[in-house]
Amino acid sequence: MFSGAALGAGALIVAVLFAVALFLVVQALPTFGAPAADITGGRGFFSYIFPIVIGTLIAATIALLIATPVGVAVALFTSHYAPRKLARGLGYVVDLLAAIPSVVYGAWGASYLASQLKGPYQWLADNLGWIPLFGGPASGTGKTILTAGIVLAVMVLPIIASLTREIFLQAPMLHQEAALALGATRWEMIRMAVLPFARGGIISAVMLGLGRALGETMAVALVLSSGPLIASLIRSGNQTIAAEIALDFPEAFGLRMHELIAAGLVLFLITLAVNMVARWIINRHSEFSGAN
Amino acid sequence: MSKRIDVSDLNVYYGDFRAVEDVNITLDAKSVTAFIGPSGCGKSTFLRTLNRMHEVIPGARVEGKVLLDGDNLYGDGVDPVQVRSQIGMVFQRPNPFPTMSIRDNVLAGVKLNSRRISRSDADDLVEGSLRGANLWNEVKDRLEKPGSGLSGGQQQRLCIARAIAVAPDVILMDEPCSALDPISTLAIEDLINELKDEYTVVIVTHNMQQAARVSDKTAFFNIAGTGKPGKLIEFAETATIFNNPSEKSTEDYVSGRFG
Repeated sequence: MFSGAALGAGALIVAVLFAVALFLVVQALPTFGAPAADITGGRGFFSYIFPIVIGTLIAATIALLIATPVGVAVALFTSHYAPRKLARGLGYVVDLLAAIPSVVYGAWGASYLASQLKGPYQWLADNLGWIPLFGGPASGTGKTILTAGIVLAVMVLPIIASLTREIFLQAPMLHQEAALALGATRWEMIRMAVLPFARGGIISAVMLGLGRALGETMAVALVLSSGPLIASLIRSGNQTIAAEIALDFPEAFGLRMHELIAAGLVLFLITLAVNMVARWIINRHSEFSGAN
Repeated sequence: MSKRIDVSDLNVYYGDFRAVEDVNITLDAKSVTAFIGPSGCGKSTFLRTLNRMHEVIPGARVEGKVLLDGDNLYGDGVDPVQVRSQIGMVFQRPNPFPTMSIRDNVLAGVKLNSRRISRSDADDLVEGSLRGANLWNEVKDRLEKPGSGLSGGQQQRLCIARAIAVAPDVILMDEPCSALDPISTLAIEDLINELKDEYTVVIVTHNMQQAARVSDKTAFFNIAGTGKPGKLIEFAETATIFNNPSEKSTEDYVSGRFG
């Protein structure tokens, strides 16, 4: 009875995934058959999709670059440094952050954070403008891909922090005591017995965060004033796949709709590739994982 | 190097609960001292206070003095990290670091405090420590393999090699054989006999034959009842404890009448 239910649930997951993939492929097909001039931009599907793929990756990369170290640090603080009462309170706060709807983050990013960042962007353009990433003129509204990345980082942070905290708490006491008994300081103990144990878990948490960052629609749609692909992170421009779909889908029909579904298919493939790479990284050192 | 430990008026508390009461004992250098007693009598708790490992448990604290060749381990400004690098510990269950190779496990303690060590010194230290733990011949061809791939007894000897690699003055062992089969146990006991030539060894054991086989002196701990603190009942030469104890409860325990 139970095994039947489990088998059914497992089969359902595979079936749903397959159905979604099938839908995407079938609905996207007309795009690939259409003449290049009919596609948005007029130069074929690849030149249409390439800039927003890169924009998606830029926003997600910024988000992870900020959220991973901060999230892991918050998790370590709550699991190994903070006194128990403080740790519990902090844990609740972090979990609460994860429950805030993305549209709220988007509104906060667009109405508050963006205007606060105008000054720093101007400074970056003035002083580090020779680096293409910070090329001016800086955006007058602050609604740039960097702002979007920072908002995404804030959204992803609680996911990474609360997942890695659970992993850190599960690190075996046996090995932590072994490290301490050798004369390790708390930080050395964490490096010897907690972080190696948590490696796979940290990567999984980052991948889940990346999944959210890649697929996030509302926050980016509200925060970013989109435009063509540019290298500068502090000017208006760039666009992500998810925001593009969300903004254009309501009015899309015919080929444009197929185009957006094709864009969704590309996003699906990116997420799939990212997950496979993560799995490969986790498995690469399985001999030393302690599973044996 | 080997140092002696003098404990005076030591009390251990978990929060408000007194777990161990008024222990006074002297552990001689270059000898093996065994702690025996029924479960929950505080012998492991007491052992952990000798290198301040009890501080890992929230709420645990100590009153009294532990002198290592005259230096109080609980004196002002004494860093527990420093104490633990002088007084090593081997645990009940073998716990080599699963993410490290056999070689790195031996060197784990040596590389702490970002100390640098040359390749050839490291090689010598690995070989010396593994020989000291009677493990060299079994693992010399697979030093780069994970330590978790060894048998339980080999893992425990790897942990001993790891402990002696940092050249401690004292080695504490908390029931080091309780998770091992008889043959591995024998290997560890032989090793303890060799270790006492260079180190002060303190071993907690539930196995009275083991205490009789390996130790020079034996301390018997007992507890009056649940919720009462553990006490040191009797401390004497091992032969005396087992053949001619002065306390009735020691005799009852070693002859198997309780516990």
